Amino acid sequence: MEREVIIRVEDIHYFYPNGVHALRGVTLNIHKGEFIALLGQNGSGKTTLAKHLNGLLVPHKGRVLVKGIDTRKVSVAKIAKIVGYVFQNPEHQIFAKTIFDEIAFGLRNIGVPEDEIEKRVIEALKIVDLNKPLDMNPHFLSTGEKHRLAIASVLAMKPEVIILDEPTTGLDYKRSRQLMELIKRLHEQGHTIILITHDMAFAAEYSTRTIILHEGKVIADGPTKEVFTQLDLLAKSSLKPPQITLLAIELYKRGYPIPKEIMSVKEMVNEFLKIYMLAKGLS
Amino acid sequence: MKESYAVIVEDVWFKYIAGKDYALKGINFKVRPGEFVVIMGPSGCGKSTLAYTLNGMIPHMFKGDFKGKVIVDGLDTLEHSIAELSTRVGIVFQNPEAQLVTMTVLEELAFGPENLGLPKEEIIRRIREVAKVARLENKLHRSTLHLSGGEKQALAIASVLALRPKILVLDEVTSMLDPIGTELVSEMVVRLNREHGLTIIAIDHRVEWAAEYANRIVIMDNGQIIGEGSPEEVFASPDLVRKIGFRAPQVSELAYELMDQGVKLDKIPISLNEAVEFYSRLLDEILSSRGDSPWREKL
Repeated sequence: MEREVIIRVEDIHYFYPNGVHALRGVTLNIHKGEFIALLGQNGSGKTTLAKHLNGLLVPHKGRVLVKGIDTRKVSVAKIAKIVGYVFQNPEHQIFAKTIFDEIAFGLRNIGVPEDEIEKRVIEALKIVDLNKPLDMNPHFLSTGEKHRLAIASVLAMKPEVIILDEPTTGLDYKRSRQLMELIKRLHEQGHTIILITHDMAFAAEYSTRTIILHEGKVIADGPTKEVFTQLDLLAKSSLKPPQITLLAIELYKRGYPIPKEIMSVKEMVNEFLKIYMLAKGLS
Repeated sequence: MKESYAVIVEDVWFKYIAGKDYALKGINFKVRPGEFVVIMGPSGCGKSTLAYTLNGMIPHMFKGDFKGKVIVDGLDTLEHSIAELSTRVGIVFQNPEAQLVTMTVLEELAFGPENLGLPKEEIIRRIREVAKVARLENKLHRSTLHLSGGEKQALAIASVLALRPKILVLDEVTSMLDPIGTELVSEMVVRLNREHGLTIIAIDHRVEWAAEYANRIVIMDNGQIIGEGSPEEVFASPDLVRKIGFRAPQVSELAYELMDQGVKLDKIPISLNEAVEFYSRLLDEILSSRGDSPWREKL
């Protein structure tokens, strides 16, 4: 059964004021419940494309339909209710004097009543597990906490789709992992996730679909397991799959009964155990 | 004969003026000339603070309570200025944008040598040399604004190299770069160590990279060094890396998991090439334990 299409991108082109042709005919559909990794080098058009998905930018040619609404014809606020955007640097996003006001800002903008706002603020903070006083100045939070606050302020809008632009940049491994687990939970709760990242290991492990942009065009779009095992295609964009996938590909090539589409250490462990059990069981 | 060291850090403690606690708590650490050391640790563990002590930024620039001794290339950092020390130790930071001070690649590379008051011919010689190392020799007249992120960082490293330091300290120099930029800068760093003999001390969280290129990995947590050794030693068990919330190379993580499941392994592979051989042998053993293997034929 075909899943509901939430965002339709139809042959869009975008030019920056300096003349750079950032998107050169991008077409794709985003379905409800997908977890998409959007990959590509800096300057490939990833962020430009992502900003089209929530109406922050509108195409010069072609169109973007969010739940059937043409983004050129409505305000960003209207689209923001459906598609939330977490910016790369939380410092650029956070501006209010208190944690409460930071999260409430978007809600007030779309006219949510105050008692409902309070409920949503508390709920959003609970989801991202940020237990700080509501009147605390967000600038005193650590970087990891600021990231979670930025996500909370997007979550409070209850968007169906959440775009995260390089959310793990600048975080150490433990905090990156925690953040990815949070994003995974949001996905499990029904949010459609679009993750812009350079971290191939996280993209492989968490996403179900991968889109690679290269010089403003989509050069790969498919199940992550398929895209990540096409080394030539990845190399076009100077990308390499994670080490565990490379290991699987090599073992597969040597004729061992290991599928090459291994996206995480855990999957590889399971393959080894399967072989181990079968060998033991049959001997 | 006394062994020579590029860097000697002896019982160093440091507390920033505004800091509640010491950021460094008794660091002892020695680096031999030509070594490639990677320092890892969670945010706030003191690894950048340690880097600042290596070229005199601590205690000369960042004031605070400094105890202990740091000797780089024979110079005690307490007795020499940052300017003097920078001809021995170069330091490069995370954000390439924040380190470039001039308009063009050429000016950027000339900046250090000019400030040393070197003769013109020598300045030109050095610019040519470091531009080549950074593969920027054809971009000398380009505006620094028109370089890619990786090129900017390569330029930042080259401009430090123009002072001819023997030791290069790199504080997460690829963490803000895309994969192409990361590859460009990483390749340059490895080349500087292997071909030019520079001593490299790199703060970096890329475990697979560290496992492949470092001679030694130093693990820091809470202002202290909690473990160090060759990559083989550091990743021999999951304990050290997991203690600081990190992971090991994925091929090592696979070995830990298999051991947890009761599979007996005689070593832990850390690089891809090694892992391909190691796991091939392991699979051979498992498959041959039941004689003829039908699995291969199925493929």
